[in-house]
Amino acid sequence: MSGFAVDPCDKCEEVLQPFLDRELNEEERALAEEHLSLCDYCRKRYRFEEELRRFVRQAATEEMPPELKSKLAELRTPLL
Amino acid sequence: MPGPAVPLELERSIARVAVVGETAPETEARRLAEDARDRVRFEEEALELADQVYRVARRLVSSREEAEDLMQETYARAFRSWKSFQPGTNLRAWLLRILTNLNIDRGRRVQRAPDMQPLEEGDYFLYNKLEESTQAPNPDEERVIERLSQDDAVTALSAVPHDFRDVIVLVDLGDFSYNDAAQILDIPVGTVMSRLHRGRRILKRELAERAVSDGGASE
Repeated sequence: MSGFAVDPCDKCEEVLQPFLDRELNEEERALAEEHLSLCDYCRKRYRFEEELRRFVRQAATEEMPPELKSKLAELRTPLL
Repeated sequence: MPGPAVPLELERSIARVAVVGETAPETEARRLAEDARDRVRFEEEALELADQVYRVARRLVSSREEAEDLMQETYARAFRSWKSFQPGTNLRAWLLRILTNLNIDRGRRVQRAPDMQPLEEGDYFLYNKLEESTQAPNPDEERVIERLSQDDAVTALSAVPHDFRDVIVLVDLGDFSYNDAAQILDIPVGTVMSRLHRGRRILKRELAERAVSDGGASE
């Protein structure tokens, strides 16, 4: 394929984060998309990265204890 | 957004202000009433965001107790200095800016230049490690992620040095933009991006160590 001067999978790995963060310019994005359409190896790793972000987010989410909300409400400034 | 539900308390307040207005100039009474209304509205809006602020706060510090203390300090300060909030700007980011500053003031974190030596592991590192430990040849990515446990994810995140973890928590967990994260942490946007990039790779390395050492969550 044209485009990537170095090993295309190495380059694709390098741009994984900016690709998913939509930080690549149009040309870089088109190159990555072209490679991903041809390369099962990279495509799997990109899909995994998306799953991983969701997984970590879900795992790290801890809801606020209800009693803390009451404590915060008590901190409000009393009216006149 | 709909106005906060404060009628009785606020009415009483305005009634009291009206009494003051009998002796003070009418404009002063009106100003006090408007102030009271704005403050109540601010406090209601800040409280509505408390769940979201807590989710971020919880991962910026190491324990639930610390997060709870920090939340109370943050809200106490926010309620005291509500007038310094600029309406129309991001209240959630404003609250987290206070929280981050309090966290630093309390000496929980030492500000220093983080280690930026090149990392050996790239972004495919975790997948490759997990794939190696999966019995099936050429497994789907869903099978690969099953090698991780939620507990490992939390432990791995807490093992990421705080300069990098803070950015991951704000952007990936808190859904803040790079600009908001930069303002909350008082660092340039470019630094947010480089720390995020590096922090995610450190997180993957930490996850790989745990998943490989405990044989994976599915076993």
